[in-house]
Amino acid sequence: MDVSEVRQLFPALERKVYGKPLVYFDNAATVQRPQQVMDEWLRMTSVCNANIHRAVHLLAEEATASYEDAREAVARFINAPDKSQIIFTSGVTASINLVAFSFGEAFVSENDEVIVTQAEHHSNIVPWQMMCQRKKAILKVLPVDENGHLRTDMLEQLLTDRTRIVAVTHISNVLGIVNPIKEIIGICHRYNVPVLVDGAQGIVHSKVDVQDLDCDFYAFSGHKVYAATGTGVLYGKKNLLDAMPPYMGGGEMVGTVKFSATTYAPVPLKFEAGTQNIAGASTLKPALELATKLNSDPSLAEYTDNVRDFLLYSLMSDDRIRLYGIPAGSKNDDCGKSQEEKIPLFSFSVRGVHHEDLALVLDKMGIAVRSGQMCAEPLMDRYGVTGMLRASLAPYNTMEEAEYFIKCLDKAIKMLN
Amino acid sequence: MEKSLKDIENEVVDEFSMFDEWLDKYEYLIELGKSLNNYPDSKKTDDKLIKGCQSRVWLDSKVEDGKIFFNADSDAIITKGIISLLIKIYSGRTPEEILSSDFSVADRIGLKENLSPTRANGLVSMIAKIRETAAENR
Repeated sequence: MDVSEVRQLFPALERKVYGKPLVYFDNAATVQRPQQVMDEWLRMTSVCNANIHRAVHLLAEEATASYEDAREAVARFINAPDKSQIIFTSGVTASINLVAFSFGEAFVSENDEVIVTQAEHHSNIVPWQMMCQRKKAILKVLPVDENGHLRTDMLEQLLTDRTRIVAVTHISNVLGIVNPIKEIIGICHRYNVPVLVDGAQGIVHSKVDVQDLDCDFYAFSGHKVYAATGTGVLYGKKNLLDAMPPYMGGGEMVGTVKFSATTYAPVPLKFEAGTQNIAGASTLKPALELATKLNSDPSLAEYTDNVRDFLLYSLMSDDRIRLYGIPAGSKNDDCGKSQEEKIPLFSFSVRGVHHEDLALVLDKMGIAVRSGQMCAEPLMDRYGVTGMLRASLAPYNTMEEAEYFIKCLDKAIKMLN
Repeated sequence: MEKSLKDIENEVVDEFSMFDEWLDKYEYLIELGKSLNNYPDSKKTDDKLIKGCQSRVWLDSKVEDGKIFFNADSDAIITKGIISLLIKIYSGRTPEEILSSDFSVADRIGLKENLSPTRANGLVSMIAKIRETAAENR
């Protein structure tokens, strides 16, 4: 598949902004939606609209089948042992909150410890803080080094016999470095500590095999991997999910309800109280089918690697720019070689120029980038900045767009200096 | 005769509409920002900070002969340009004059719809702060 064929699948890419072709480089915030996802959403909403798991009429049967097919597709995509281990949520934030609450209720007590990392976005910090507050537990933080690598060497110093869980991002939404999570999980398991992996970016940019990783939980949002917004997934190990109490009570999640006592449905329904985002969740199937197709295309991978390397080299060789998240080995002059641990996501600041000014000027040149704290304030503090500018790419972004971005960035910097 | 507030507002709208391209409008705002008086670091305090902006904006005021004089600074230069534009209009006016304005000037120059929502909120906060200062000194 070549990049122009990929682009044709995404109607939004045809639009113009301020009379200029749209260059959408904010894919880490949300990716554009492909036609087949919108078709599925429309089908589910227009001719297949019924509540699931309840009625016996045909529409309900069809809606339930689509929803459960999507669960199957997710299980296949991340190689989960069983589809009952796939819980649908509203997004990665909801997935992590669910674990923080329910795991906390089941396994965390006073003076226990939870470990997160300095590279986390707020979604993988605040739920744990809230749980620690409730349980009077202690939150510990694994630091990040200057180049954006987790200090995995310090992990064993933080792990104690009171550590109950470690929550770590697969790929930080700011640094764009693929963390060695398999190694981290291995270390934690030696101490019998389960690991939650925040896969908000990881699900997009790396092949996720939850059995190979041996992670205990893997959480991600649908909208970053081409599905509808308001969709999310939590994968968990069966024994943990079974031992955790429900997060919310309501319809669908019950076995029998009596005023004297209620029993709960088995997973996953135990964690899916109330009417779900049925149409949204169903779009995960076409979305992940497309992701599989895009991920397994070698010529497309070569192209996107070239675009990434071009941007990495251009940004790193500009001495006005400070890039955060520098892959090992790239400080040598051979940036042309493939940088496997870096995804096409570049957060940086420009000396003497405010990130917000840059984003505003780039916007008027047709380029959509993110500016600000990127929901990762502790990481901004780590690098001593109030915010950054971030360009994040998807497989539909072209080399021409990357070149145009670098040219416009130079123009914007000169204008703002 | 001294120009009325309305005259100045219309002048600014006219001036701004001369630029067709948004980048030219930004250039103009950046230049305008540079024309502000030096803003002392000692006044970059939390109570002068305008809430609701992505960048930091400080607004200070003093009253002389019944007129309010504003000065401001920001760590982002386009934001500084926007607050300068407001200062150009509203500084040196009496509280009554300021409060009589409908502040539609921001809409008329297209700042609101062409700025990101966070920035638009920032603009709303800047205007609110100017009005608040006028009300306090009435």
